[in-house]
Amino acid sequence: MHRSFNLFTLVDLKSGESAKISALRGGKNLNTRLSTLGFTPGVIIYMTHNYGHGPIIVTVRDTRIAIGRGEARHILVTREIE
Amino acid sequence: MNLFNESRNKISTNGVTKKNLSIALAGQPNMGKSTIFNLLTGLNQHVGNWPGKTVEKKEGEFQHNGHTIHLIDLPGTYSLSANSPEEIIARNFILQEKPDLVVAVVSAANLERSLYLVSELIVLETPLMIVLNMIDVAEQEGFTVDAKILQAAIGVPIVPMIASRASGVRGLLDYFDQFIEQKLEFFPKLPQISADHQHVKEVIDQLIDGFVPEFYPKNWASMKLLEGDPEIYDILKSVLPLERWETIDDILKQHEDAGLAIASGRYEWIERNIRAAVNRPKLGQVGLTDRLDRFATHPIGGLIILAIILGLTFWLTFTIGSPIQEWMDSKILVPLGTLAQSLLIDAPTWVTSLVVDGVIGGVGAVVTFLPIIIIFFAAFGFLEDIGYMARAAYVMDNFMHWMGLHGKSFLPLFLGFGCNVPAVMGTRVIESWPARILTILLAPFVPCSARLAVIAFIAPAFFGANAFLISWGLILFSIVILVIVGVVLNLIFFKGERTAFIMELPLYHVPNLRSALLLIWQRSLSFLRHAGTIILMMSIVVWALSEFPGGDLETSFLAQIGNFVAPVGEWMGLDWKLTVALITSFMAKENAIATLGVLFGRTEEFGLLETISMTYSPAVGLSFMVVTLLFIPCAATVAVIKQETGSWKWTMVNILLMLVVSIGVASGVYAIASGLGL
Repeated sequence: MHRSFNLFTLVDLKSGESAKISALRGGKNLNTRLSTLGFTPGVIIYMTHNYGHGPIIVTVRDTRIAIGRGEARHILVTREIE
Repeated sequence: MNLFNESRNKISTNGVTKKNLSIALAGQPNMGKSTIFNLLTGLNQHVGNWPGKTVEKKEGEFQHNGHTIHLIDLPGTYSLSANSPEEIIARNFILQEKPDLVVAVVSAANLERSLYLVSELIVLETPLMIVLNMIDVAEQEGFTVDAKILQAAIGVPIVPMIASRASGVRGLLDYFDQFIEQKLEFFPKLPQISADHQHVKEVIDQLIDGFVPEFYPKNWASMKLLEGDPEIYDILKSVLPLERWETIDDILKQHEDAGLAIASGRYEWIERNIRAAVNRPKLGQVGLTDRLDRFATHPIGGLIILAIILGLTFWLTFTIGSPIQEWMDSKILVPLGTLAQSLLIDAPTWVTSLVVDGVIGGVGAVVTFLPIIIIFFAAFGFLEDIGYMARAAYVMDNFMHWMGLHGKSFLPLFLGFGCNVPAVMGTRVIESWPARILTILLAPFVPCSARLAVIAFIAPAFFGANAFLISWGLILFSIVILVIVGVVLNLIFFKGERTAFIMELPLYHVPNLRSALLLIWQRSLSFLRHAGTIILMMSIVVWALSEFPGGDLETSFLAQIGNFVAPVGEWMGLDWKLTVALITSFMAKENAIATLGVLFGRTEEFGLLETISMTYSPAVGLSFMVVTLLFIPCAATVAVIKQETGSWKWTMVNILLMLVVSIGVASGVYAIASGLGL
């Protein structure tokens, strides 16, 4: 089985796609807020709405969260392609 | 006993022999915590502020089986870190005031996320009970949660509830009984910390031993240090000997990733505990929230929906509220004035004038706006309760960015159309201080219902059939001014500083009517209290200025002030009468009309509107309406600005800002309008 891992930031996901959070690259405050809300490495994140501009809406741990694009760029995700 | 490596084997002591029991309600936002608080305490509650903070504190009492239960509604917080004043208040209350019991409210529909707060509460010594709320919302989204299995996994009592339908209260009270009778069993299983961090934590434990302020458990303090908690960091830095502190600081620098690891550990603990208890929706099953959000959060559709909702709110407010206001004015205020006049027939004239013109005229006028404000509160509260408001903030985020703000600032600004007082208080939802100050500075630019009333009254005098169009144009104009001022302030003072936009979009749900009514009641009461006291005072001051020295408005101190500032008025084409009317609008915006009534009312065979339209040109009328819309905030608003910013400096900045903008813009409008021959 050939498997490659691709590293993206959260804004690169299209509406309806899922990925796994691999790391948080914000400052300490941003990381604390994000991890409190359930954005922790390893968790599956689902892109509910990404219209290409403006804040995105993601679903993580059954919670819908609106997040600015700037903040979303600090969230690294991997898509597993088999 | 190590809090983090083993579960507490002993059954925690619980139960109380005393008659009074204090219970703290904790929970994340949008968990229905307030509804539960309202169900238990009813009207027997007190709303105030936490000492020294502009965070709302709700307390209430109820009797149960011979016990007086004192209930404290802690601020809604996602965690117990020190990211916000709310979080510091919540944790310090539990640690320092030591309630007998903490009840954590979690949502069955957001179980994983909402248990995060529980993972922090459970390590504290205070006994913990969990309310599993919103079972109905969970079912609507396709989840089922087994409370018994969850209780066995976490090891603390869990009560299922649907607070919005008042279902499960009995069960909660039964658990309170068992708690009082010491029959509840607590054997909480605590979150773990990874082995390498555990070692680091033990080193820190030893270093801080004997130095931690008494109400902070040592274990908890070292954990918070590792998490990078700024408050505990500062406290320990100030009490530890320098050498020891430097050692700790070095360790913390080497383990900056510990915060994230600890949060992950807590979520792993949650995942383990809920695994057996939760049934998730089948793949491809789309819940109600996602179906509604396809429209409500669409970049274009969402704006259209928002516009319709705002339009409806306005329509409701003015079709229901305005007639009631007029009715109160003519059927209550006027007879009340007549009654006071007949009762005070033997009193000196100035006493009659004080009561009739000053108190009834001033305070009464503001009170008649209450119906409009109640309807606004009701509409706003309803949209908030069903979960819509976060969507409005989301679709407005792009526009708010122009001013360096984000979507959350839209909500208090919108509230400003009803009244600026709750708008300023509503800025409490904004986490960052610069963004909050900027929103407060902008809030008085939103034309409130009182100013809209002045415009609606005056516009027909000058523009006849076009009055409606002109009024709407002026409202849009003042919003454009708001945006321009916001953009400029952001560039100059706030340097385009942006804070993170992270906002939960709660699941849509049917709110509890009783709880919603209580909220409207509280907000109206607090408006009356704020407005009542300050406006009574200001009414008397303005009355005195208009009455003395001669008992005649035209020779009064007010007229003298009007004459003194008349040169400034001339820039805007205003004579001293209009200038005085403008100045009295400081007391309450609609006073502008009342003052004009007094100033023109004496020598007339025509109505006030006809007199005004014959006296002034449309250019003057336009300029007067513009300056009225943008003039310094009313006294009640000034009072809450001071209260919310805690600073006279910012209050004065706000007043000066509006003074300069209103005079500048109105002068410009007057110059252009008279240039066009109006």
